[in-house]
Amino acid sequence: MDSVIEALPKFWDGFTTTLFLAVVSGVLSLVFGTILATFRVSPLKSLRIVGATLVEIGRNTPLTLVFIFFVFILPSMGYILPLGRVPAIIALTVYTSAFVCEAVRSGINSVNVGQAEAARAIGLGSNQTLSLVVLPQALRTVVPPLINVLIALTKNTSVAAGFAVVELTATGRGLARDYPPDVIWMLLGVAFFYLVITIPSGTLAGYIERKVVFSR
Amino acid sequence: MSGSVLYDAPGPRTRRIERIASIVVGLLLVALLVWVIKGMIDRGLFDARWEVFTDPPKGQTAADVWRSLVVIGLGATLRAAVLAAPLAFVLALVLAVLRTSKVRLVSGLATAVIELLRGVPVLLMMLFGLLAFGLTAYEAVVLGLVLYNAAIVAEIIRAGLAALPKGQLEAGTAVGLTRWQTLRIVQLPQVLRLMLPSLISQFVVLLKDSSLGFIVGYPELLRTMQLNYSFFGDQYRFPLFVVTLALYLGVNFALTRVAIIVDRRLAARGQKPEQLEINTEIAIPTNPGRTSV
Repeated sequence: MDSVIEALPKFWDGFTTTLFLAVVSGVLSLVFGTILATFRVSPLKSLRIVGATLVEIGRNTPLTLVFIFFVFILPSMGYILPLGRVPAIIALTVYTSAFVCEAVRSGINSVNVGQAEAARAIGLGSNQTLSLVVLPQALRTVVPPLINVLIALTKNTSVAAGFAVVELTATGRGLARDYPPDVIWMLLGVAFFYLVITIPSGTLAGYIERKVVFSR
Repeated sequence: MSGSVLYDAPGPRTRRIERIASIVVGLLLVALLVWVIKGMIDRGLFDARWEVFTDPPKGQTAADVWRSLVVIGLGATLRAAVLAAPLAFVLALVLAVLRTSKVRLVSGLATAVIELLRGVPVLLMMLFGLLAFGLTAYEAVVLGLVLYNAAIVAEIIRAGLAALPKGQLEAGTAVGLTRWQTLRIVQLPQVLRLMLPSLISQFVVLLKDSSLGFIVGYPELLRTMQLNYSFFGDQYRFPLFVVTLALYLGVNFALTRVAIIVDRRLAARGQKPEQLEINTEIAIPTNPGRTSV
C-alpha cells in the first residue's frame, strides 16, 4: 500500500497525460465527426456515399490497427510524423470521429418529420424551423450518446500505452514491474483513476437521458 | 435523404440542381482520390513490393505468407474471440439476472460489478491477467474480453428486459410461475431473440478488441502482420497492412450483414424492439441498417 502512495506523483503524470489525450482528441473528433455527419445528411448523394464509406471503415477497423497505421505504416511510406502524442491523437481522432458522426446523425434522425411539418404549417421559415424546433430537440437527444462516445474515448486512450505514450495504463505497467509485490495495488490504482473520469460522466449521461425522456 | 426533417421535399428544379451539384462534388472527390493515389505511385508504393503475396522473397512461397496471415494470424484472433464470446455471454446472463434480484444487496453488488467493469479499459483488464494473475498472453486476452463484454452484454440484456411489455411478467405471475421461472421461461427467450442484432454487433466489438493482444504479446493477426514485415523488410509494411485491414473489414462487414438480416427478419415478424437507448458502448448501432424516421 505504501508504495502506491510513494508512486502517486507518477500516477498523477499518467492521469494528466490520459486526460490530455482524451480532451484534445475529444474536441477534434467532435469537430470532424460533426462535419462527417453533415456529409451523411447532405442532400448531395456523392457526399452521403463518401460519409457512409468513411464511417463504416472507421467503425469496423480495430483501434490498434489505426495506431499501427500512423505509428509504423505511414512513416514507412515516406510520410514522417513526430513520435509520441501526435500520432496517438491522430489515431484516436480518426477512430472516434466515426462514432461521433453516428451519434449526431441518429440525433438528427430521431426528430420526427412531423415536427418540421408542424413548424412549417404554423408559418415558420426554414431557419426558424431549424433553430427553434429541430435543433433543440436533436441536441438534447444527442448529448447522452455523445458523452458515452467520449467515455469510450477516455478508455481507448489506453491503447496509446502500446505505442510509446506514457499515459495511465503505461504508468501502471511500469509501476507493476518496479514493485512486483504490489502489482495488484498498482493496477487497481490505475483503474481508480479511470473510474474517476468514467463513472461520473456515465452518471451525467444517464441523468440527461432521463430528463430528455420526460421532456418528450 | 428524402423525407428528411432537415429539408422540404425537393421540387423538380431543386432535384436537378442537387443532381448536378452531387456530380460536381463527386468528381472533385474522385480527383482528390486520384491525386492521393498518384502521390503514392510516385513514392513507389504500388511497385514490385506487392509480389510479397504472389512471389515473396527470402525463399518463402506465396502459400507461406497467406497461411501465416489467414490461418495463423486471423485464426489466433478468432480463437480468442470465439472462446471469449460464449464465456462473456454466460457471465452477462448471470450478472443481468442478479441485477434484477429483489434482494438489495445482490442487485447492488451486481450493479457495482457491471459499473466497475464498464468503466475500465479492456487493455487494463488484460494487464491484470498478465501481470497480477500470471496468466499467459492468450488467457489474459480472453480474460479481458470476457470481463468487459460481460458487463456490456449484461446491460444489453437489461435494456431488453426493460423494453419487454410489463404484461409478460404479470402474465407469468398470474399463471403461478415464480419470478425465476417467469424470467427463464417467459422473459429471457423473448429478450434474447430481440437483442440478437445487438449481440452480434457486440461480437464485432469483441473481435476488434482482441487486437489488443498485439500490445500484451499475444500473436494475433496484427502481430503476425508485424512479424511478416520484420522478416521481409520495411518496404512490405504497406501491402501487408492493406491486406490485414481487408481481412478485418471482411470479417466485420460479414458479421454486420448478419446482424442487419436478423434485424430485418425480426422486424418483418413484428418483433421489433422499441428504439432502445442502451447506455453502454458506442459501437452498438441501436438500429443496424435501418434509417429511423
